[in-house]
Amino acid sequence: MLETVILIVFSMIGVSLLLNLWRLLMGPSIPDRILALDTMYINTIALIILYGMTMGTSLYFEAALLIAMLGFVSTVAVCKYLLRGDIIE
Amino acid sequence: MIEWIISILLLLGGCFILVGSIGLVKMPDFFMRLHGPTKATTLGMALLLTAAMIYFSTTEVGLSVKEILISLFLILTAPISGYMMIKTAIHHKLDSIERTKGKDNIEDDV
Repeated sequence: MLETVILIVFSMIGVSLLLNLWRLLMGPSIPDRILALDTMYINTIALIILYGMTMGTSLYFEAALLIAMLGFVSTVAVCKYLLRGDIIE
Repeated sequence: MIEWIISILLLLGGCFILVGSIGLVKMPDFFMRLHGPTKATTLGMALLLTAAMIYFSTTEVGLSVKEILISLFLILTAPISGYMMIKTAIHHKLDSIERTKGKDNIEDDV
C-alpha cells in the first residue's frame, strides 16, 4: 500500500512543480518569479525525501538539507539585491 | 497500523503542497499569491517530513530525528523569505486589485 501512496504523492508534487513552472514563466513581475523559484526548491526537497523513501535509504537527507539552506540563502540574496542594489553593503 | 499513519500523513502533506501551488497560480495579485507557498507548502513539508521520520524510525535501527532538522529549518526560514519578498514587492510598487486589504498600512518609503 505504501508504494501506491508514495507514487500518488510523487505525481501530486510533480503537478505542483509544473504549476510553479507556469508561474515562473508567466509571472508578470520579478517578485512573482522569486516566489515561484522559492516554492520550486521546497517541492524539490519533498521529491528527494520521497525518492529516499522508495529506495529505503536515508542517505538523501543531507542533500535535502543542503538544498534547503542554499535555497533560503539565494532567495534572501536576490531580494536584498532588488531592494538595495547590492547584497553586502 | 503504522503504515496507515504514514500513508495518511504523506497524502495530507501532498495535498497541502498541491494546494499551495494551485494558490500560487490562481490568486489574482502578488500580495494574495504570497499566502499559498509560505503557509500551505510549509505545513505540507512538515507533514511529509514527519511521515518520513516515522518511516525511517520503523525500518532502520534506532530513532531517526534528522528529519526534524529540515522541518524546523523550513518553518524558521519561510517567514523570513516571505518578509523579504513582500518588502521587495512594496519597494517595486506592484499593482494590487481593489479587494486586497491592508494597503493603507504600507508606508511610502521602505
